[in-house]
Amino acid sequence: MRSAQFGMIPEIAKKFSKDFNLSLFQKICLCRRFETITAKAYNEKKLPGYPVYLSLGNEAISAALSLVFPKVAGIFPQHRCHDVYICFGGDIRALRDELLGLPTGCAKGMGGSASIHCPEINMYGHDGHVGSQVPISVGYALRKKQLTLSIMGDAGAEEGYVLGAMGEAITKKLPVFFICYDNNLSLLTEIDTRRSWLMVDEAKAKSIPAIDITNNPWLVAHHAKELSKNLPSFLNVRTCRELWHAGAGCDGPPEWDRFDLIKKEMENMGFGKDCEAIERSTSEFIDMIWKERDI
Amino acid sequence: MTTGETIREITRKHILENNGVVLCQALTAAGWVANTVPQLLGHPNLIELSIEDTSNPGITVGYALAKEGEKPGRPIYICRYQGFMWYNASPFVNHAAKAKEMWGYKVPVFIRSIAMEGGIGPVASNSHHGIITRVPGIKVYAPMTSAEYQAGWDDYMKNDGPFYCSEHRRSFTIDYEMPHIINARPDITLFPISAVRLETLEAIKQLATEGIVCNVVHLTWLKPFLQINVCLESLDNSRAGGLVLDTDYENGVSKCLAHDLMMQSSKKVRVLGLEERTAGFAPHLDNLPPSTEKIVKIVKQIVNRL
Repeated sequence: MRSAQFGMIPEIAKKFSKDFNLSLFQKICLCRRFETITAKAYNEKKLPGYPVYLSLGNEAISAALSLVFPKVAGIFPQHRCHDVYICFGGDIRALRDELLGLPTGCAKGMGGSASIHCPEINMYGHDGHVGSQVPISVGYALRKKQLTLSIMGDAGAEEGYVLGAMGEAITKKLPVFFICYDNNLSLLTEIDTRRSWLMVDEAKAKSIPAIDITNNPWLVAHHAKELSKNLPSFLNVRTCRELWHAGAGCDGPPEWDRFDLIKKEMENMGFGKDCEAIERSTSEFIDMIWKERDI
Repeated sequence: MTTGETIREITRKHILENNGVVLCQALTAAGWVANTVPQLLGHPNLIELSIEDTSNPGITVGYALAKEGEKPGRPIYICRYQGFMWYNASPFVNHAAKAKEMWGYKVPVFIRSIAMEGGIGPVASNSHHGIITRVPGIKVYAPMTSAEYQAGWDDYMKNDGPFYCSEHRRSFTIDYEMPHIINARPDITLFPISAVRLETLEAIKQLATEGIVCNVVHLTWLKPFLQINVCLESLDNSRAGGLVLDTDYENGVSKCLAHDLMMQSSKKVRVLGLEERTAGFAPHLDNLPPSTEKIVKIVKQIVNRL
């Protein structure tokens, strides 16, 4: 089931506007460049010694979600959420400073990579217990009664309190959109080793509308929009973690290169030159931001 | 007014006047949590949760977070058996208690964690406040009387963090206050916590008949240790030091408080709480807080040793 084509709808990208596509690509490029420089800085020991959780490979999902849901009451991610922060409009300089452990960081250096937050975009920090953001997001939606994004990984989804909280969300018909960034890995342990069941089935068993797809951003956007009409709902997205669980090591190329596939799709739609310009300008922007801190 | 009635009235007022909410599993079924919850059947602010102890506290924390710091709508979370706190605690201590320092936001949750005394085996009985007191950022309070309960509630509403109220079912029928008992020349000062305060008051009567004079400083604030000054004043006058009495295991807050008192005085402070063993269901296997007889025996040993 894990593939670049899993759950694909033919020609799905063509259903989206040029503005959407270019915004999508810009967000993806911002994330990728930021994470690439972060990885380099980490490897060169220019960041403090604590771990970083790089989101390279996840950015297409976050970019798509942020365009479908430009304004949400609450965003509750776990670690590995630099892409969520950037795509939804978090201050990139504050993220940079957080990774550097500076008081000007988004959590004043208290959060590091794993516990970033941004009140301006209603993004709340993670406390470090895997999956704990899910029940918190459900309680948040219970009071706010507005769209709340509850973001988990495929390992966090296994936590009992995640499943219990999803049950509470459907019982009380709360406006929570659950998204699982499914990279198949808990550290290095694959799902097949950890469990015999699928999260999408778990959600459906609770009568939560649920779909399992690959990380094609147009497919993600399409299903996110549809599923958001009937909340709570659950979207499992197969994605590829390009780097290690923590740190910036790499065990080889990803199972599929989503970024390359996106570029090809954009070229096919006639946006090749736009994309080149976006890639160049976003790189310059991110490079400038890091250079402000001599990195 | 009994303490139970006070809790119910505080809750009723909070719901009806502050748009406050109560979240709990089996909220309305099991005798309205021993008749401390107002019977506002069908009121939307009485929120029934599933029997899922590990997600319910997170849901409550999220609820509190949604309008951080606002007094209207603040949640009361009820943990029906304090022993269940072992799997309820995580979101309160790991998120609510840390949130202000980590991210600068407030998570005001009033956690009613109810102890009962024995009779239900290895986990659910007795107090477990010691697991909470070791965490920064959360207040821990153990009231027994109406006035004490009201004071704790007022503190919660004035401030903006999580508040752990270590309740005891035996407090619900208490309709009197329990002032400290301070003598000019005591042999010992007793520092009882929660329901063991009742046995302590009985014990000092028996001890008095044998000429042993005890001061009693009732401990309600377990963290922060706001009562340390009155404790030290009494302790300084006590010939044989002090004894902290607890309804939790001794390797918890009682030893911490005893340590603080010893560090700031020249007196020894001992502890007496649950025995270091698992409680069983059968009465002869239960593990109860110190009885009147046990308190009398231990106090005599301490006083007569010196």
